[in-house]
Amino acid sequence: MSELTLFLIRFAYLAILWIFVLSALSVIRTDMFGARMPAGSAPRAERRAPKAPRASKAPPKRRGSPTHVAVVEGANTGERADLDDAPILIGRGPDAAIRLDDDYVSTRHARIAASGDQWFVEDLGSTNGTYVGSARITQPTTLSLGTQVRIGKTILELRK
Amino acid sequence: MSQQHGFLGFVHRQRRGAELFLLILALLVGIGAYVAVGLGVEGTVPANIIGYGGWLAVLVVGCHVTVRIVAPYADPVLLPVVAALNGLGLAVIHRLDLAGDSTFAQQQLVWMTIGVLLFVATLVFLRDHRVLQRFTYTSGLTAIVLLVMPMMPFIGVEKNGARIWVNLGPIGLQPGEIAKVLLVIAFAGYLVLHRDALALAGRRLLFVDLPRGRDLGPILAMWLVSLGILVFQRDLGSSLLFFGLFLVMLYVATERPGWLVVGGTLFLAGAFLGYQAFSHVQTRVNIWIDPFDDFFGQGNQIAESLFGMAWGGLLGRGFGQGSPDRIPFAETDFIMGAIGEELGLTGVMAVVLLYGIIVERGLRVALVCRDGFGKLVATGLAVVLAIQVFVVIGGVTKLIPLTGLTTPFLSYGGSSLVANWVIIALLLRISDQARRPVPDLSSASDADADSESTQVVNLR
Repeated sequence: MSELTLFLIRFAYLAILWIFVLSALSVIRTDMFGARMPAGSAPRAERRAPKAPRASKAPPKRRGSPTHVAVVEGANTGERADLDDAPILIGRGPDAAIRLDDDYVSTRHARIAASGDQWFVEDLGSTNGTYVGSARITQPTTLSLGTQVRIGKTILELRK
Repeated sequence: MSQQHGFLGFVHRQRRGAELFLLILALLVGIGAYVAVGLGVEGTVPANIIGYGGWLAVLVVGCHVTVRIVAPYADPVLLPVVAALNGLGLAVIHRLDLAGDSTFAQQQLVWMTIGVLLFVATLVFLRDHRVLQRFTYTSGLTAIVLLVMPMMPFIGVEKNGARIWVNLGPIGLQPGEIAKVLLVIAFAGYLVLHRDALALAGRRLLFVDLPRGRDLGPILAMWLVSLGILVFQRDLGSSLLFFGLFLVMLYVATERPGWLVVGGTLFLAGAFLGYQAFSHVQTRVNIWIDPFDDFFGQGNQIAESLFGMAWGGLLGRGFGQGSPDRIPFAETDFIMGAIGEELGLTGVMAVVLLYGIIVERGLRVALVCRDGFGKLVATGLAVVLAIQVFVVIGGVTKLIPLTGLTTPFLSYGGSSLVANWVIIALLLRISDQARRPVPDLSSASDADADSESTQVVNLR
């Protein structure tokens, strides 16, 4: 086997190795930016209608839609947070939008966020769980005006 | 962190086509290396190339089909990267076999087959990773039993100065490799339950949040277990791996750097004690500082590997043109030395980058995952691989003192290969759960909700 052939084999193999590495990286790149919205969901409809002034995270304002979350029961009764700042983090930690002084609440307990014109509450892996009505939620759950969300000894709800 | 991704209105694609494309390239990497070895060493394409290539293809396609059926949303990059590394490792071991008249490559292919079967079994039987949370303490106990096994009489065997082997009939196993997977599950289950207590209580000292004394229990216990492995099994690598793993998981679970300070201090204390008390630790440090001092003795392995990598240079000698067989145990601990000699810095960088991709994908799974247990397991598994790669490659390139650990997927070693395939299966399972779109809730409007509740009343 001549020196040149061996050199070519060596070079070809390194090329294959790097082509593999680079294609793996390009798949990662498309994976990072390639996620799409589910077909027919509200955000896509919003995108199709250019009349919407801006693609904001909060759902479009209309009469009767909630504007803030309020604590209705528990140590922090009366505290509230504007839904304009969504997603709203609820917990005992310093970065929470609604900070609860409640021993049964985790540091980052739950989150209220919007999808389309719906509001959802999502548990962030809290110790004691988040309850909507009497059921402990395991996945993001829809909220409407006045639905009571129980977190520890605190109850929150969406208000106009 | 997961907030931007795993949340509503953001759906990951399945990407199985991309995975298949990468898998074909990965097969090209594995089989190409085998052909290049044949051409370089013997001057001809190996006679059994059809059988060998076909077998690799069957294994890889088997994995792909399983993933397609039972985990359609799983990460598309992990499996191809692992397949490529495993194929490259097989070829390099085969190359060393040709030089030294051994049959490690065949055994490794058998182990790879077992690993792939376990990979498939894990994906098929474990449909939801959260089931593992029930086995927190069971897996912790099993891991400790596995770690103690090499010390038992009759079944425990001492090889090359480390007592980490057991002989069960004809096959030898390194139970520590299996224990590392179980320990990740045990730590994750424990930390998910106790992280609030560990994170919130404590006092602040010099800008560092120090944990409470009574919460130090688990970390002290883990430190003692690591020291025990160091003392009784003389296995520096595993002891470093387990302690580092626990420390990182504790830090990730509690988000408190105080644990890193405490753990780092404990590590330094343990390392210092180990250095003072044990001659084998002193030897390792001495050959790290100057491997050429004892060239024909203890330092020979590192010195030969350094020579090999220097001889390889930027582009390497080409398969079959170097002499990596000069390095003792080149097929296990020092496979990176062999790769450095024959594929050069270019090849080593590609391999390190592939490991980087595996770890990145593991951590990405942890970010996207929706439940705390899955997050911690994914982090732990990624960190296990990261620490292992750092410790081994760092040791081979004389960045840190050499400790015996296997290079994941590359080096010869059945237990390690099988355990690593199971790690990848677990990561794919968690990523499938994490990337799967959440059930569509947005259609339920207020009116629907009302009618639903009415229906329930009617049913009664």
